[in-house]
Amino acid sequence: MTRLTGRRAAALLIAATLLLMPAARPVSAARNVVVGSKAFAESWILADALAQTMQREGVPGVEHRRNLGGTEIVFQALRTGSVDVYPEYTGTIREVVLQSPRPLSTAETRAALAPMGLGMSDPIGFNDSYAIAVTGETARRYGLRTLSDLARHPELRLGLTHEFLGRADGFPGLQRRYGLTTRNVLGIQHELAYAALADGKIDATDIYTTDAQIARMGLRVLEDDREFFPRYDAVWIYRLDLPLKEPRAYSAIRRLTGAIDQDRMTRANARVVLGGLRSAEAAESLLAETPLAGAAAAAGGAGAAPAHASPAWSRAARSILANTAQHVKLVALSLLAAILVGVPLGVFATRSPRIGGAVLALTGLAQTVPSLALLAVLIPVFGIGVVPALIALFVYSLLPIVRNTYVGMTTIAPPLLESADCLPLSPRSKLTRIRLPLASPSILAGIRTSAVINVGSATLAALIGAGGLGEPILTGIQLRRNGLILEGAIPAAVLALLVERAFDGVDRILIPKGLRLAASGGANEPRTGLDSSRIKGGTNPEEDHDADAPSDRNA
Amino acid sequence: MPDPIELESVEKRYDGVAALHVPRLTVGARTTLSVVGPSGCGKSTLLRLVIGLLTPDHGKVSIAGIPMRPDTRPGLLPRMGYVIQEGGLFPHLTAAGNVTLAAEERGWPRERREARVAELLELTQMPRELLARYPAQLSGGQRQRVALMRALMLDPEVVLLDEPLAALDPLIRSDLQRDLRRAFDRLGKTVLFVTHDVAEAATVGDEIALMRAGHILQRGTLRDLAERPADPFVTRFLGAQRGGLPVSAADRAGDRS
Repeated sequence: MTRLTGRRAAALLIAATLLLMPAARPVSAARNVVVGSKAFAESWILADALAQTMQREGVPGVEHRRNLGGTEIVFQALRTGSVDVYPEYTGTIREVVLQSPRPLSTAETRAALAPMGLGMSDPIGFNDSYAIAVTGETARRYGLRTLSDLARHPELRLGLTHEFLGRADGFPGLQRRYGLTTRNVLGIQHELAYAALADGKIDATDIYTTDAQIARMGLRVLEDDREFFPRYDAVWIYRLDLPLKEPRAYSAIRRLTGAIDQDRMTRANARVVLGGLRSAEAAESLLAETPLAGAAAAAGGAGAAPAHASPAWSRAARSILANTAQHVKLVALSLLAAILVGVPLGVFATRSPRIGGAVLALTGLAQTVPSLALLAVLIPVFGIGVVPALIALFVYSLLPIVRNTYVGMTTIAPPLLESADCLPLSPRSKLTRIRLPLASPSILAGIRTSAVINVGSATLAALIGAGGLGEPILTGIQLRRNGLILEGAIPAAVLALLVERAFDGVDRILIPKGLRLAASGGANEPRTGLDSSRIKGGTNPEEDHDADAPSDRNA
Repeated sequence: MPDPIELESVEKRYDGVAALHVPRLTVGARTTLSVVGPSGCGKSTLLRLVIGLLTPDHGKVSIAGIPMRPDTRPGLLPRMGYVIQEGGLFPHLTAAGNVTLAAEERGWPRERREARVAELLELTQMPRELLARYPAQLSGGQRQRVALMRALMLDPEVVLLDEPLAALDPLIRSDLQRDLRRAFDRLGKTVLFVTHDVAEAATVGDEIALMRAGHILQRGTLRDLAERPADPFVTRFLGAQRGGLPVSAADRAGDRS
């Protein structure tokens, strides 16, 4: 590293970029039909159901890209052609995508989507909206059937999710519409709300109408008799070029409209969230009990992938290995690029205080961009998958490297810089033979920091379909399956520790021995040298004890 | 032939205050001039102007007749050696690495570098085995010897030393003073040697320039300064240091060869 010159660094950077380019191709120029899904069970099941139906229709090479995190991200992926179709909800399209302040009719929504090259199917058949639920026992005891009934019992305790408490179309609006006077309202986490409900700590909570827990806990979903909650009808949104590109894919979409009702969807969710089935398996049984799609299944037959009878542990081990390998690849490539750019940038920043200030401010600014926002900006340009993930990780790795390079270079002891200035050395030699080696401990500390942060940040890569250890974490969070979360979290933690250990070795190789001696010498620190008796007793006591004597006395 | 070191109406100001004003100063070939004076008198500023770390606000510094300017400085540096108070040795390089750095840069072949290092080891009384050590593994005196080797590596005409012995304990210091003197006599260098110690100035230098508040008050041998002071401060400065002045210092200054 100490010999890394500007030109060579640039060449390496170009080589690294060229290496990454092929990875971008299959995403942007996808030959396959790609079905996307968000990071929750219902979305996976629907996407799997559509993918399976497409296969039965004879569409070749259907691909399901799951866990595309956040509506902005999956929607961007659809607009830019990384994804051809994914399941969405009308309320979300209106609120998040079109940002319309009022409800839109189906025709209005289609008219707004068409200019983006997107189409919206008819409803899939169920409404996954907010609702308020109570236990069956509470419903019986208080005679609760509708939300108006709930309004008549202000003594009941409501435990509501923080998002629901905050949204205009959540609790504040609900209160106004029904004239709720309930005083006993507390914010609670969604997962904890079910437990609190079961323990009788709260009487009612907000839920999604297709929550798996509804059936399991025998909850009563209170009817929205004054039609407050907007509809969140599940629909397919797809690229308008899909029917032309692959008519059979489009007919699969139409086959799955009006096909799945609330009960079937809730049961399918329960099979995954509570029953531990894989989403593809739940989708198969969902299709089997769905009349229209079922006919196709009988006709097509061969498409459904058989569930492999491999033992669970070996499947887990294989997926941990694959995810870890992908994770390491993401971290290594993005870190390499950050080093190749960050170190020269940090050196460049030392040219003048003004340049330094500007460079540090810019890299600092990049660091503050929220990760989801950055990903959403990258998708239109780079699509989804490994490339935008690498770029985002690269951006987040930059700051510690640039800053530590800058600090390392600017805190070299003045006498050393002066000595260098008075030796007949070229500016380049001063940089590569003196300043960079002297700054190397600081630079390497920056790279180490970046690497460890990067191992953590790379779990977010799963949100844009780049895989890695974020994959099981995301899935585990959705399924509330701690084992799955740990399948991602433990290897990530181990990876972070290994990175730390590896850098101990890197330090030993790359930090010049003399600097390590100077740093560990304590009283031997060369620049203090006021008391040479102390120095003599230092690093080499037996030889150095009277080291000055033979040479100096003979003079 | 121009003098190796030449200053003409040189003035350096810090924040508008004159830190140094030297109407004229020359150091002739093969001469060691010791610059002595109290802290803050401008003696280090003088040295930094000569090596080009500072640029004068007025006047001209010339090395062997060539004016010291940013454009001429790279050409002049190989002809000058510089040693600072604590050596300024690069901690990441071994003693040998420090000494040969500039020669490597200039593409000296290995045999030539090794031959030169051998000469310098002998000259500075350094045991060869210390070459492999890092500065942190050397004593203060050894570090200054290495710094001197580094300064002399390219065989420069001019050597500048800024209080090179100030941080050393007295015994080692007096040995090094003698060794410096011997080395400069043998090599015939033109030397500017900055110190705050009159005895040291007399031991190492042929002549002494006594500075105060940015001006050179008097220049001459220690005997000149003691017997024909140009300013009452000269006598006071010598008197204040008499306790540390070896009786033989003045004599030695007279009969060295």
